[in-house]
Amino acid sequence: MSINTLFKSELQVVNFGMTAFKDALAAVGAKAVQVDWKPPMDVSPAATERIAAARAKIEKANAKAMQKILSAQPCLVGLERALDVIPGMKKNLILHAGPPVTWERMCGPMRGAIMGALMYEGMAKSAKEAEKLAASGAIRYAPCHEHSSVGPMAGIISASMPVFVLVNEAHGNKAYCTMNEGLGKVLRYGAYGEDVIKKLKWMETVLYPVLKKSVKKVGRIDLKNIIAQALHMGDEVHNRNRAGTSLFYRAIAPAIVTTCDDAKDAADVLNFINGNDHFFLNLSMPASKASLDAARGIPNSSVAVVMARNGTDFGVQLAGTGDAWFTGPADVPDALFFPGYTRADANPDIGDSAITETNGLGGFAIAAAPAIVQFVGGTTDDALRYTRTMYGITAAENNAYQVPYLNFRGTPTGIDVVKVVENNILPFIDTGVAHRKPGVGQIGAGVLNAPAEPFKKAYEGLARRME
Amino acid sequence: MIIKTDIRKGAYFDSVTLMRVGKQLSSLDGVADAAIVMGTEANKGILKSSGLLTTDLAKAADADLLIAVKARDAKAADAAMKTVTELLKKSSAPAEGSAAEARPTSLDGAVQVVPGANMAVISVAGRYAGALAMQCLRKGLHVMLFSDNVPIEQEIALKQFAKKQGLLVMGPDCGTAIINGVPLAFANVVRRGGIGVVAAAGTGLQEVTTLISNAGGGISQAIGTGGRDVKKDVGGIMFVEAMKALADDADTKVILLVSKPPDKKVLAAINRCARSIRKPVVSFLIGAPVKGGPTTLEEAALTAVELERGGRAENAFRQLADRDRDLRITARREALTRGRKQKYIRGLFSGGTFCAEAQILLGDMLTGLHSNAPTGKAVKLKNSLKSVQHSFVDLGEDEFTVGRPHPMIDFSLRNKRILEEASDPETAVILLDVVLGYGSNMDPAAELAPVIRKAARTKSVVCSVTGTDADPQNRGAVAKALTDAGAIVTPSNAAACRLAGEIVKGLER
Repeated sequence: MSINTLFKSELQVVNFGMTAFKDALAAVGAKAVQVDWKPPMDVSPAATERIAAARAKIEKANAKAMQKILSAQPCLVGLERALDVIPGMKKNLILHAGPPVTWERMCGPMRGAIMGALMYEGMAKSAKEAEKLAASGAIRYAPCHEHSSVGPMAGIISASMPVFVLVNEAHGNKAYCTMNEGLGKVLRYGAYGEDVIKKLKWMETVLYPVLKKSVKKVGRIDLKNIIAQALHMGDEVHNRNRAGTSLFYRAIAPAIVTTCDDAKDAADVLNFINGNDHFFLNLSMPASKASLDAARGIPNSSVAVVMARNGTDFGVQLAGTGDAWFTGPADVPDALFFPGYTRADANPDIGDSAITETNGLGGFAIAAAPAIVQFVGGTTDDALRYTRTMYGITAAENNAYQVPYLNFRGTPTGIDVVKVVENNILPFIDTGVAHRKPGVGQIGAGVLNAPAEPFKKAYEGLARRME
Repeated sequence: MIIKTDIRKGAYFDSVTLMRVGKQLSSLDGVADAAIVMGTEANKGILKSSGLLTTDLAKAADADLLIAVKARDAKAADAAMKTVTELLKKSSAPAEGSAAEARPTSLDGAVQVVPGANMAVISVAGRYAGALAMQCLRKGLHVMLFSDNVPIEQEIALKQFAKKQGLLVMGPDCGTAIINGVPLAFANVVRRGGIGVVAAAGTGLQEVTTLISNAGGGISQAIGTGGRDVKKDVGGIMFVEAMKALADDADTKVILLVSKPPDKKVLAAINRCARSIRKPVVSFLIGAPVKGGPTTLEEAALTAVELERGGRAENAFRQLADRDRDLRITARREALTRGRKQKYIRGLFSGGTFCAEAQILLGDMLTGLHSNAPTGKAVKLKNSLKSVQHSFVDLGEDEFTVGRPHPMIDFSLRNKRILEEASDPETAVILLDVVLGYGSNMDPAAELAPVIRKAARTKSVVCSVTGTDADPQNRGAVAKALTDAGAIVTPSNAAACRLAGEIVKGLER
């Protein structure tokens, strides 16, 4: 708009800084908006310069990444054994949540879950034996994310575990995730007692075959559609999956009844899903994973394709920086704790479930889930503010996932690390909290902002790689 | 009749939205029937029964958005398709005025709230302001940069980029502007009219725009450039660009230029540009007097008003000559009330341009001028806190404003200084400015009147009030309150300076 065009237009002002200026504009009836401006994060001037110079390139790359992410079509197409389908899976390999971490640096719940997995696999007979084996070097560890997989909390996947198989029908890539065990003493929170293993065995021998047959019968279940509906029903599909689970139940129940030969098994499976409000979490996560993986390897893109925590570190991967992890220490969530527990008991943030936030869900969609905000210690106004704030760091608005209260505005989707750094706003995550000792389980739920360090490193990493 | 269809892969909308859009679509001129649905089997059945299911649509997936329009002709169908896109876009646009409205946290967010945004006003810390301004320019916004302490290299880069893009960069350190009648930052509510102002002097801009308005004239645009624009390094980039824009602006009949002392080369460029403009150009560039041109901000303003009316510049001169005669009468009367030791003017300014104008104007009348911001014949005060002979202190200088609000907002420092000057037996006149308008102190009379009352017992207190009756403080009310407190209130800084000068000259005799 040339200066002379400006003279002929209605003046519309964006005000950064002193709010009195915006108030004065309002007083004379001029159109004006105040920006809640903050200084950018502290990154190297060299990186800032490279990013500023490449802005057009980055925006083009991000548009491409968002096109891939938003056009994704994640569908559940089957269930298989991890060893048979997960790329690179081996008998002595255990996948875990978050960025890479050695046994020595692993937190309590992750260690406990690994010990449980080794007993489940029959590789150790006791906890003591399992611990020794886990530390021996005979077992290898790798992030789920490096094997097209995701896992909540400790996120442990071992060779015999059954996994959901998802296909992103728009781009052909696949994603995998175990089935959700429910609440209480469960492996993902680091419990490894007899009952935990027993439940995992039931899941392997009853739940898995029954579900496998029924999914085969249905053919494919469009998870994007279920998630979009669940958001209209009060879920954000990270901390609240009640609607998603119900919708999944409706989609699968008839097939379970018609394909399962044993009425008791069918009833047990249906009751198990019905009784576990988080059952759908292990589908919303791989659905997000399948969507985001489609945007990997787009040079110059500053869009995050992974945010994940291993209970020690918080890691980020970008569409434009290949397989590189950018990490920093994980924080302890600001949570409401169950009776008898305090912040001192809490483990630092853990799990791959932040993949939902990365995909415009979870904390980014919390305005769609007013029922959850009290549980995480907030008001509905807080929830609206959280979601609205995230529009400031995202590359797009979702075409499928919407917030009814925001007049069906698409959720903020595609975390742009350049905006994170420039606007100094950290991604918002709502999450469960694990006890820092293995085996205790969930002790609360809360909200937290991702730590700044991984994003600053990612920004620097992208700047170094600019083409 | 033709049927046109479209499939939007993976575009999800809820059924309520789609029904509403479908209804609007069907009511369009030339459209016989229309459907917009998600591609489920049930919906395909509905399309089939209404004869809209083409083979393409039949093949679509259930997560695809299907659009079908049956229309009179291709033109109507195309128009309908275009409408669909707009309606869908509107349906996913953010709601206005809903509860818990989060302020946008970024330029992008702000532009979503105000899609027609065309001006950024930036008052964040200087070391961030430049980068932010560049971001705004890249987005196509004009920029008013209130922040100071922006590195000069950055200012140059911003202005060169803006010039290329045809955008304004007002500032850095631009305190005031009036664009399209809207006062920005520290600015007054003035009449609209045919006078366009370009100023590299913030208070100068406020002075001329209010004087013009009070004299019955009006402002088309008032563009601030920031004081550094007319210095050698920046080279007057924006000053000249603003002149050109006003030259091309049909609503601007007269152009008025106001500046603190410009660099020589910049002055030449300004003059070159002025000569090429086929509109009257009045300029008051402090320290670069034009022969026969205005010698004060006030004269420049009134000259512009005369020219806008189609009158002659001399009218303004004559009008002021009459007024100055009245001032001399007032001065003589005032001088009679002063004691024998009282000799000097103590000027305490909140506006930097006023401080400079005072020194230029009084430099022709008096000797022994001192200032913390010396201009013309004045010499630098050794200690800004201690007045010597005739002293003119700019309280808006950095030395006074570190860690406190500007003296136009916070009167406490100057109030203290007024009482100090009042207790100096050599002080004859305390010369003050009060600047009204948005951004300034909202009740200046309440803070200033008690101090003036004390000072006026033994000194002549002369005070200009810059503003209009439409300003939130109301100039008339402020002037009355200060007059009641014992001050002699003048319509302009020039009048105040002249009156002060005449008083002390009367004492010399």
